[in-house]
Amino acid sequence: MTEWLARQSELTLAIIRVLLLIAPILILVPGLIWWERRLLSWMQDRIGPNRVPTMTNAKGRKYRAAGLVQTLFDGLKLFLKEDITPASVDRKIYFFAPALALFPAFVLGGTMPFAPQSGIWQYLTPVADIEIGLMFVLAISSLGVYGVVLAGYASNNKYSLMGGLRASAQLISYELAMGVSLLAVVFASGSLKMTKLVEMQEADWLGGVPAVQNWFILTPYGLVAGVIFLICMVAESNRAPFDLPEAENELIAGYHTEYSSMKFAVFFMGEYAAMFIFSGIFACVFLGGYNILPIDWAYLHSTTGSSFFKVVADLNYWLAPLTFLGKCTFGITFYIWLRATLPRLRYDQLMSLGWKTLLPVAVVNFCLVGVWLIMEDVMSVGIAWVTYAISVVLILALWFGIKNKLPNKLERRTVTLVDPKRSA
Amino acid sequence: MESGFPVFVVLAVVSILSAIGVVAFKSPVRSALSLVLAFFTLALLYFNLGAQLLGISQIMVYAGAIMVLFLFVIMMLKLGGHDKQPEKTDRRLYVAIPVSIAIAALVLTKFIEPMLHVPVSVIGDEYGTPQAIGPALFTTYVWPFEIASVLLLVGIVGSIMLAKKRF
Amino acid sequence: MQALIAQVQGPAAAQMLVAYLALGLALFVIGGIGVVLRRNPVVVFMCIELMLNAVNLTFLAFARYQPDQWRTPTLGDPDPTISAAMSGQMMVIFVMAVAAAEVAVGLGIIMAIFRMRNEVDIDDMSTLKD
Repeated sequence: MTEWLARQSELTLAIIRVLLLIAPILILVPGLIWWERRLLSWMQDRIGPNRVPTMTNAKGRKYRAAGLVQTLFDGLKLFLKEDITPASVDRKIYFFAPALALFPAFVLGGTMPFAPQSGIWQYLTPVADIEIGLMFVLAISSLGVYGVVLAGYASNNKYSLMGGLRASAQLISYELAMGVSLLAVVFASGSLKMTKLVEMQEADWLGGVPAVQNWFILTPYGLVAGVIFLICMVAESNRAPFDLPEAENELIAGYHTEYSSMKFAVFFMGEYAAMFIFSGIFACVFLGGYNILPIDWAYLHSTTGSSFFKVVADLNYWLAPLTFLGKCTFGITFYIWLRATLPRLRYDQLMSLGWKTLLPVAVVNFCLVGVWLIMEDVMSVGIAWVTYAISVVLILALWFGIKNKLPNKLERRTVTLVDPKRSA
Repeated sequence: MESGFPVFVVLAVVSILSAIGVVAFKSPVRSALSLVLAFFTLALLYFNLGAQLLGISQIMVYAGAIMVLFLFVIMMLKLGGHDKQPEKTDRRLYVAIPVSIAIAALVLTKFIEPMLHVPVSVIGDEYGTPQAIGPALFTTYVWPFEIASVLLLVGIVGSIMLAKKRF
Repeated sequence: MQALIAQVQGPAAAQMLVAYLALGLALFVIGGIGVVLRRNPVVVFMCIELMLNAVNLTFLAFARYQPDQWRTPTLGDPDPTISAAMSGQMMVIFVMAVAAAEVAVGLGIIMAIFRMRNEVDIDDMSTLKD
């Protein structure tokens, strides 16, 4: 198999790689929707979709498979529904917008490696291992706004337009914090290449602990950057609690109010594909990519001589795509958990979170990475830890010192639905 | 011809057509969209030239940020409304186009055409990688870089001043 | 950095250079026509962006394909080819930064004018002149 792949032309390999990236997403999106509905219903203490039978045997017994086929029938329903195009839409842009919404969701994964760059896997992933992989991710995710904005504009509906406007402001704002948080990791690893980023995370933890891998989420600066990236990626894919562009209690359904049938399904699919790929990028950049655990199996094998570690290292190699899928599922579960837990933000809260909290924290973190790297280079990891801790304490002290002196313009409202004193 | 030439021809045709679209479309939203397409093809042309970092910055800065701002303003001001009267075409059209074409022909024959006959060196593809640009940006060109950052800061402050209703 | 230069001198490179320059010229002229003809300030602004980008394209074309006789040697630079390629790219970076600042301020001005007069036609904006 490896020899056969090595003999193929670059074009054939490219087609194989694209199929290996796109096909799983297309197949897994219905499963993803099922997972979201089941998990959400479990979190909200109800049953969720479990009624649609997969098959009925001769005795009339129905097999349900926990409602897995529900999503397929939902998709079928969306296909067969009447496709209504309102009379006064801007037709060309109206038809063009869903396609434009789907495009970045799929292209985003173009630089994402889901397996190690050796043996057979190097021919299968990623689609393009370019020098500027992480910038590619940022650039393509910034194109995601067009589908939403144009859908809002073309629908010729005030609510849709407001949804589109909200989306454009929101996506531009959160892009900044996302970029700066990724910069911190790029600074630490010294490369923009995605495969290189993952390989950097296989090095010794904090430059000194040989058996543990240096996953960025396990380093102090990487943890901060990772949390910021996680928040920004939820905002970038317009998911709760950042789903203001489609806030149903204010804007009906936001930018896709006027879309029905298949065109709505395309928006829906774009959102879920983007969730999937953003989770994958999070896994690549912060969670050590395709490695099961942050443990250097080959090192353990060479020091202890135990063949058990050799087996695990081989498993780690051959199960890489599955591990990666598992990490994607982790990210998606985070999305769903967040949706079940947090209420939607108000618009001014959204903006102040992006500009006044995430962006400054990301910039400070970026500066601290520089301090960390210099200290690690000049002195040692221990000194770097101490410097990092001292800087964080100093910055927090500075912030709490000036916090009360700043004018607080953020409006706070409280609504008491049931007065606890009277009801008791 | 070099290997990049067929790609260049396709991209050049697309970019010129979309540039004409920017000028010719009556609706500002359509103009903005064709400008996005023009910027995107220009980014691909940069890739064809080997300048990968600048190509991706082109997509990020122009297609991802500047054009979204344009669309935002167009929608805020409702300039792209469907019932807007189209702009009148006026007599300037009959002067502007011949004069521009004449100037273009002049530049083409006097400045660009002579370059067909001079020796030209080609630099390798690596000149556009972040590894090559980064050191240059932070050593030789560090002062222009700082001035650019100050300029951006002034731009931010200026636009906030303009946008604020009362002080 | 020495490995950068692949000296492919000859007519093919010169033709590519001329092709890129001609494209840059065409885009610049189209943008210029737009600036003269259109009356919507936002569209005029977009045409200016197009002209800036046309110039960027010529900078990059010259960074890649360098006519030998016009390349001025920089003082203390071991390889003028590399420094020429770098300076071309740096110009593009600075043009992008200037364009971004310009758009922020320019769109702010357009918004302010719109708030004041509730209609935008570039030919009607002559308060300062009258």
